[in-house]
Amino acid sequence: MKERLVLVGNGMAGVRALEELLKYAPDLYDITVFGAEPYPNYNRIMLSPVLAGEKTIDDIILNSRDWYDEHGIELHTGDAVVAIDRAARKVKTESGREVGYDRLLLATGSEPFIIPVPGADKDGVLGFRDIADVDQMLEAARRYKKAVVIGGGLLGLEAANGLMKNGMDVTVVHLMDILMERQLDRPAAELLKASLEERGMKFLMEAQTSEILGEDRVSGVRFADGSSIDADLVVMAVGIRPNIALAEQAGIHCERGVVVNDTMQTFDPRVYAVGECVQHRGVCYGLVAPLFEQAKVAANHLARIGIARYEGSVTSTKLKVTGIDLFSAGEFNEGEGDETLVLQDPAQGVYKKLVIRDNRIKGAVMYGDTMDGTWYFQLLREGTDISDMRATILFGQHDVGDAGHGDAARVASLSDDAEICGCNGVCKGEIIDAIQTKGLFTLDDVKAHTKAASSCGSCAGLVEALLASTVGEGYDATPSKKAVCGCTEHSHDEVIQAIREHELKDMRAVFDFLDWKTPDGCATCRPALNYYLLANWPAEYQDDARSRFINERAHGNIQKDGTYSVVPRMFGGLCTPADLRAIADVAEKYQVPEMKVTGGQRIDLFGVKKEDLPAMWKDLTDAGFVSGHAYGKAMRTVKTCAGKTWCRFGTQNSTALGVRLEELTWGSWMPHKFKLAVSGCPRNCAEATIKDFGVVCVDSGYELHIGGNGGIKVRVTDLLCKVESEEEVLEYCGAFIQLYREEAHYLERTAPWVERVSLGYIKSRVLDDEEGRKALYERFRIGQRFAQVDPWKQRAEGAEAYEFQPLEVAGQ
Amino acid sequence: MNDWTRIAPLDEIPRLGARVIKTDTMEIAVFRTSSDEVFAINNACPHKQGPLSEGIVHGHAVTCPLHNWNIDLASGEALGPDEGCTNTFPAKVDDGIVYIDLKHSARAC
Ligand SMILES: Cc1cc2nc3c(=O)[nH]c(=O)nc-3n(C[C@H](O)[C@H](O)[C@H](O)COP(=O)(O)OP(=O)(O)OC[C@H]3O[C@@H](n4cnc5c(N)ncnc54)[C@H](O)[C@@H]3O)c2cc1C
Ligand code: HEM
Ligand code: SF4
Ligand code: FES
Repeated sequence: MKERLVLVGNGMAGVRALEELLKYAPDLYDITVFGAEPYPNYNRIMLSPVLAGEKTIDDIILNSRDWYDEHGIELHTGDAVVAIDRAARKVKTESGREVGYDRLLLATGSEPFIIPVPGADKDGVLGFRDIADVDQMLEAARRYKKAVVIGGGLLGLEAANGLMKNGMDVTVVHLMDILMERQLDRPAAELLKASLEERGMKFLMEAQTSEILGEDRVSGVRFADGSSIDADLVVMAVGIRPNIALAEQAGIHCERGVVVNDTMQTFDPRVYAVGECVQHRGVCYGLVAPLFEQAKVAANHLARIGIARYEGSVTSTKLKVTGIDLFSAGEFNEGEGDETLVLQDPAQGVYKKLVIRDNRIKGAVMYGDTMDGTWYFQLLREGTDISDMRATILFGQHDVGDAGHGDAARVASLSDDAEICGCNGVCKGEIIDAIQTKGLFTLDDVKAHTKAASSCGSCAGLVEALLASTVGEGYDATPSKKAVCGCTEHSHDEVIQAIREHELKDMRAVFDFLDWKTPDGCATCRPALNYYLLANWPAEYQDDARSRFINERAHGNIQKDGTYSVVPRMFGGLCTPADLRAIADVAEKYQVPEMKVTGGQRIDLFGVKKEDLPAMWKDLTDAGFVSGHAYGKAMRTVKTCAGKTWCRFGTQNSTALGVRLEELTWGSWMPHKFKLAVSGCPRNCAEATIKDFGVVCVDSGYELHIGGNGGIKVRVTDLLCKVESEEEVLEYCGAFIQLYREEAHYLERTAPWVERVSLGYIKSRVLDDEEGRKALYERFRIGQRFAQVDPWKQRAEGAEAYEFQPLEVAGQ
Repeated sequence: MNDWTRIAPLDEIPRLGARVIKTDTMEIAVFRTSSDEVFAINNACPHKQGPLSEGIVHGHAVTCPLHNWNIDLASGEALGPDEGCTNTFPAKVDDGIVYIDLKHSARAC
């Protein structure tokens, strides 16, 4: 017969211990769980967002009843255990059930502390602990107006924020002169107060509650100085008290909490305890991170592995009020002989302080920018000597030069044992391992498998960044699973693969083969499919104008007044007086209202009426111009610098190389726009290192750079390699472009694509595999044979005339 | 009673595309779907007057080229989360010829 395990308290710590136990020893026990609340295990932390209306109860259920069934666990909700008979080894419940145990796990949590003032038992006086409290608060918010929250700590402020979101007029009453004094120093607390006041929260500081006023229901609060305020609802959030009544009654040794040793055993060796009800080495914890560590240790012993020890925790805190970033850890108020490093930017609302002792971080408080909290916390716990980083440590793990890559860059530089999820103690290495071995793609997957980001959620951004970088590297084996659009369940990669492997050569074939859900697709998938078909079957596929955005159909950029702009190509930015004269003539003939030299070194003619486009193109093609594709998801321009002919610094013939590159690549359709540049020397006047493909000439050859862009998120290129001849530049360029054309998702620029598939992957295809490179280059050149037809010339000669002419209606 | 005006042979409108008719007061876009139905609708998106005739057509809807609203061709109403509508006109194909009733706007908003 199996041994029997009974869990008292169906909360966060107890159920976590069961989860850990099932991992170690799924069949060791017959398990019975008693919970006083009428719900399966839920995420108590998330009651704050539920109160604030940002989440529902369903969202925060951690283990549904099905979970208990699946694991053969007998669950009794709404039935509290009222007595433990340790001699007979059984528990007795409120409803009269009696269940025997071989091992007992206590996880009864704690209760909100209700200040023992007269009137504290009136209707409308609540704690903030469980779903029932939240229901009552929401009910009160519907019927009443004025709320008073007693306690300006973490819990009190989250309650106050939630009530305010529900339309109540909220006053926070606090005994101290600063908020969250257990987590914040004065400057941070003042920033927090100011920002909450701005949202409409009111504060009464240094006020000591002496009485709750009212008949049956609360009507006000009186203070020790005799003053009082009105209140229809009073929430007491002044602290918690470990729930030890049951253990005490059973004669298990308790002080403030149920006393346990380092194996989470109480004084009765058959009885273990975890969670907020526990006192370990004199400390009771009130945050989930340490409780989850306890749960792991208890499970280890219940599973009879018996090697784990719990040795106490250092905790860190974040406040879960949307829009307020706050972090604190360790000893954040400096003691005698401590040093402090402070960064303060009142205009940005940023404050950071580190308390340093013997060159080690002892505590941290951050407000406004908490991104580096995880890092400081790691340095703190590991006792790292920070003398070398003192000068820049406050700027964060990444020095200031890093532009716009936020989470991704920070997460990349963390070591494998850096803790990402503080609540569940999950490290970077574990997350990456789970992503790779279990093939995870989404935040939800990672939450389900590692628990990271599943409690308070404030590390979700970091987890997503890890996911992006990891799935990126394992790209070959693990394509992204996001569907192209609502018309299909298939991802971009699946569609590309099907088109290639099953030789799907027109759109109807794709729709049929992949069971598209809509008859004609939509404005998201049709342009993507059109591109994929064109890139894969350049000779066979007939480009479908009806699946292109108007810019690519009209071969000009539609402007907000419905006119178009026309940009003739100028290879490498070079031009002759005759070219300029021809452009000037066209501009005058069609009364172009404005001209401009573009950033891509050519000339833009704005404000052209759609009907005039074909005639204008005719004049331009007659003068020898082709379309600049300034409107397309296509190869745009090759920017060049002054170059060796004129510039005293020039090394190679960079302008001529630019022209050759543009002659090679013009007309090519791409997943997104694609820009090139060639600089004659490392001074890099052509800004080649923020282009999709950039060449920097040096004395000994050519440096090839890939994956850069300007735009909202500037990304500097990665160095692909150095080559020695122009021929090689052309070959590598063509191969890189073809790889991008064949494998990137439609509307994915090279920068995110390179980050997704990794530079290493691109090197393996373009550098290391010579045959593969030559094959890519060859495919590119074949495609170009079909792509390099000037769309302007075709249309000037009458192609798709209907596109540009309105219908004439007789008699109108 | 409808007052049909002859517009053009159906062939002159590309399938899954549109052509524009200019009247003295407005532009009307005439759409042809993949199953050769025709719809006539004021060529101005309810959002910011984008030229609907330039959008991508799918099913009985067109996606505006300026900010991607989807407009139902039959009712002139914006689909999905967006709200707004534009006028439509009765249209028919008879013996390969498209006719529109320019006098009876089918829905005034
Ligand atoms: C609103 C709110 C916000 C919070 N935010 C955070 C946060 O951001 N970060 C953080 O780390 N922590 C936060 N906490 C604290 C965190 O929720 C607790 O530390 C954690 O839930 C404690 O877990 P536990 O299992 O010890 O207790 P609980 O989760 O309270 O579980 C105990 C369960 O046992 C039941 N029980 C008690 N006695 C009996 C009995 N005799 N028989 C049967 N059942 C019984 C109780 O009803 C309860 O369901 C927050 C708490 C609240 C209330
Ligand atoms: C020692 C350093 C540098 C030298 C000697 C140098 C030299 C030159 C010269 C001679 C030109 C004129 C080319 C012409 O006639 O059009 C030029 C243009 C230009 N340089 Fe530099 N350069 C230097 C650094 C830089 C840097 C660091 C950048 C930008 C990051 C830059 C960006 C440009 C640009 C954009 C132009 C073109 C300006 C235009 O005509 O629109 N240069 N540079
Ligand atoms: S990049 Fe070098 S060669 Fe080109 S213009 Fe600038 S300084 Fe001269
Ligand atoms: S004008 Fe049509 S979506 Fe904005």
